[in-house]
Amino acid sequence: MQKKSFNIQYFAILREQRGCSVEMLESTAVTAADLYAELQAEHGFELDTESLKVAINDAFCDWSTPLQTGDAIVFIPPVAGG
Amino acid sequence: MFNLSATPLEAIDLKSRFADVRAGGYVTFEGWVRNHNDGREVLRLEYEAYEQLCLAEASQIINEAKEHFDIIQAACVHRTGMLEISDMAVWVGISAEHRGPAFDACRYVIDNVKVRLPIWKKEYYTDGDSDWVNCEQCAAHGHAHGA
Repeated sequence: MQKKSFNIQYFAILREQRGCSVEMLESTAVTAADLYAELQAEHGFELDTESLKVAINDAFCDWSTPLQTGDAIVFIPPVAGG
Repeated sequence: MFNLSATPLEAIDLKSRFADVRAGGYVTFEGWVRNHNDGREVLRLEYEAYEQLCLAEASQIINEAKEHFDIIQAACVHRTGMLEISDMAVWVGISAEHRGPAFDACRYVIDNVKVRLPIWKKEYYTDGDSDWVNCEQCAAHGHAHGA
């Protein structure tokens, strides 16, 4: 399967667990859920997808959204504004 | 309108944006940093925000408030960075012809800002520990935890 390139930005607890704010990577992940599963296995993220939301190109999306090469992806931990 | 601010909200003239001869009232909400949460003594807070999505989602919340309630203007500002006890973390302002819709819209905006904007809060405790609010329990229990 052909690899696509993604730009991933991390915030809050995920940024700390990953040890960086942004990374470019190549992956064969088809959906956002696939990509998170890959990253979770690699970096041991404690949060599961049911606790997270995902944004693709600065808009909230479903986990089943097919990814395109060049997508900017942000995994969103439980929020706590205010 | 909505914006994030890395500098103290106390120093910003927020009220002057609301000057309007049609307005008969102006309701504001200020969220402050308190010295305790969930039985723990809090020393300070740190807010982190995903700016692009915050701006889009907040703009939607403000538009919803204008659709649902008979108001003239609505605005919100949220802090980022390190905050000390009693600092203002969030500000909401609503002007309207009459007080009822102004109070209702103010409540609507702050309630939705708290649960929908991609903003995270790290609490630093007097015992030296620190936690991302709403995140650590999810991680520990492996399920969603409400904000």
